[in-house]
Amino acid sequence: MKMKQLAAMALTATLAAGVASAELVIPDLSYRTGPYAAGGTPFSDGYQDYFNMLNARDGGIGGESVRILECETGYNTEKGVECYEATKGEGALIYQPLSTGITYQLIPKATADGIPLHTMGYGRTSAANGEVFNWVFNYPANYWNAASVMVNYLLEENGGDLSGKKIALIYHNSAYGKEPIRTLEELSAMHGFEFTQLAVDHPGQEQKSQWLQIRRERPDYVLMWGWGVMNQVAVQEAANIGFPMENFIGNWWAGAEHDVTPAGDAANGYKSLNMNRIDASLPVFDDIRTLVHEAGNAAGDGSNVGSVLYTRGMYAAMLAAEAIAKAQEIHGVSNVTAAMVRDGMEALEITDARMEELGMPQVGPAFSVTCQNHGGSGLGIVQQWDASAGTWVALTDYIESDMSVIQPLIEEDSAAFAAEAGIEPGCM
Amino acid sequence: MLYREAGDFKTSYEDDSQTFPIAFDRYRYWVVLAFAFLVVPFIINDYWANAIVVPFLIYAIAAIGLNILTGYCGQVSLGTGGFMAVGAYACYKLMTSFPDVSIVVHIILAGGITAAVGAAFGLPSLRIKGFYLAVATLAAQFFLVWLFNKVSWFYNYSASGQINAPERTVFGVPVTGPNTEAWAQYLICLVFVTACAIVARNLTRGSLGRTWMSIRDMDIAAEIIGVNPLKAKLTAFAVSSFFIGIAGALFFAVYLGAVEVGEAFGIQKSFLVLFMIIIGGLGSIFGSFAGAAFLVVLPVVLKVIGVDLLGWPTDLVAHFQLVIVGALIMFFLIKEPHGLAQLWRLAKEKLRLWPFPY
Repeated sequence: MKMKQLAAMALTATLAAGVASAELVIPDLSYRTGPYAAGGTPFSDGYQDYFNMLNARDGGIGGESVRILECETGYNTEKGVECYEATKGEGALIYQPLSTGITYQLIPKATADGIPLHTMGYGRTSAANGEVFNWVFNYPANYWNAASVMVNYLLEENGGDLSGKKIALIYHNSAYGKEPIRTLEELSAMHGFEFTQLAVDHPGQEQKSQWLQIRRERPDYVLMWGWGVMNQVAVQEAANIGFPMENFIGNWWAGAEHDVTPAGDAANGYKSLNMNRIDASLPVFDDIRTLVHEAGNAAGDGSNVGSVLYTRGMYAAMLAAEAIAKAQEIHGVSNVTAAMVRDGMEALEITDARMEELGMPQVGPAFSVTCQNHGGSGLGIVQQWDASAGTWVALTDYIESDMSVIQPLIEEDSAAFAAEAGIEPGCM
Repeated sequence: MLYREAGDFKTSYEDDSQTFPIAFDRYRYWVVLAFAFLVVPFIINDYWANAIVVPFLIYAIAAIGLNILTGYCGQVSLGTGGFMAVGAYACYKLMTSFPDVSIVVHIILAGGITAAVGAAFGLPSLRIKGFYLAVATLAAQFFLVWLFNKVSWFYNYSASGQINAPERTVFGVPVTGPNTEAWAQYLICLVFVTACAIVARNLTRGSLGRTWMSIRDMDIAAEIIGVNPLKAKLTAFAVSSFFIGIAGALFFAVYLGAVEVGEAFGIQKSFLVLFMIIIGGLGSIFGSFAGAAFLVVLPVVLKVIGVDLLGWPTDLVAHFQLVIVGALIMFFLIKEPHGLAQLWRLAKEKLRLWPFPY
């Protein structure tokens, strides 16, 4: 009798798994623990809430419901690999690792397995060359765009001339933090500013000596490539040495609410880039609040709605959902595979009208993806922290990056990768 | 019962001093080896290889290495992560500089280079010991990670500072790179772990191992009876680093394929391998395997139970993992300081006497 029951249970389990495989499976490699949790949590909340909202409002994407597989990586590459292996067998359609280290792990694996990676504004920058990295997408912008946008912004502030200025880069001493260095070196040669680099080791709590050096050298501007706990410490240290906050600019992973609030009023005036506009009153957030949070399906505690990284996670989910919808349109089936989603991503076109329709007008720049360009438009805005109001204020419209500097670097780095990995560049 | 010794007579010195003196142990050893080589490669899949078996095998090699130094020779080391990084970067430089030479040769050479580096960092052990030596090796850990981050020659001047393993084959089968099949990845690690364990076992019970153990048990007495401490300590550092270097090379080339030194070979790695030999058992080859298995499998099991079966939030499970692993380490240190190997030894003693204990 007992054996029979067990067999029946096993049978229903397999049947259930069979039914489940008809859903759209989207893994979420999140990190809600460790020194980077402050950034990982709101992003993951936004990513999951948007898909849950689609399930509740539209019954998923194209009539297929979305199933999210969350896996905790702790920003650790070994756990990231474990998560990837544990989830890919369930029919994963697209991965969003949110870590440059894990992205580097997954680029060859996902390419071999035929699952697209969307590394939005992080990961391997030269993956913008879609002819070498067929399965990797880093639209709407990448690190080299960010570095160039920063310099273009400073050029604008200084009347188009940066010669003789001193610019320091304080960066996380990892693949992530090192990415902009090449570009900034090129730009320093081009615009004649003096460029110094200051590395901060993982996880980033120890920055005393770097800021002492900044105090001694007195750079005109400090740029930052930080993430997690490193940002909060840097903002506090800058306040401690009395560095003028309006001359301190973080990249888009160093500009969220939790990075500046610990320093209190001292953080007032700190600037950072952003690739998406923030507005807590977007119509899409109302849908999320009513359909997801009030129904008790919130991914986290529901406190992050509208914050910088929550918005970015939601934006990333929207881009994934649009790519899946595009794939459904191209292939004429609703139950798409990972390979079809890749085609959808390559044919993706995000317009202002479409974003308006989705209840998130102007949240990101309008752009389209092609086989040659997986990097999107490369636009970024500069925002500034207003400590008394507790909000980020957008200072600029979308700023263009200097592709005449970036494109050759992308070509060079992707060609090196193609030679190393034995890839024949070309469209699929 | 299982460990019946009646009639199992030893008639020569070789028989008497063999690794597995009990007949049942001997057969079991061959059965395990046969299963690992002849059955597992046919049933292993990507998930099992990448999440559990390959990391277990690689950490077992690292644990054997550290066990030789700490468990057999009594020299505490916190530099394991740094020495693994030496193995990984040596392997990377060799792989990219000499693409035509077999990866197996590169991995062994990487072990050799790590042995030289380890011996150099072992020099202070002649003057200092215990806690002070631990701090000296900690310096090695930080220095090596800093070096590989700082000097771009080590990562071939790549923009990100990451190293990526290109595809290399053994007998025409890729064992590194993305197109590696799970079984190939598993088998190459298995071959190395088997060879390392056999070499380590035979070294530790030979004259070299005896000099190490004499240094561990009482260095002054050892010197009086004619053991050369310089030779004993430096060979322990060199041999230990050789194994750790091989583990580092496999960790980078076969398991992860891309490595960032601060993240993959940080101080946590040193602690992890140290916990493995403490939980597994100091001064025991089997203990190295048991400890590696324990610390590789436990987080995965906790995750499967917490997230997949109970449906708890992933962050809660991740925090619980820290609590449970920490509690288990304390439990082992209090209840069985000699680790899992000693538990196994006791179980065996009991089984040998069963059912008539005295």
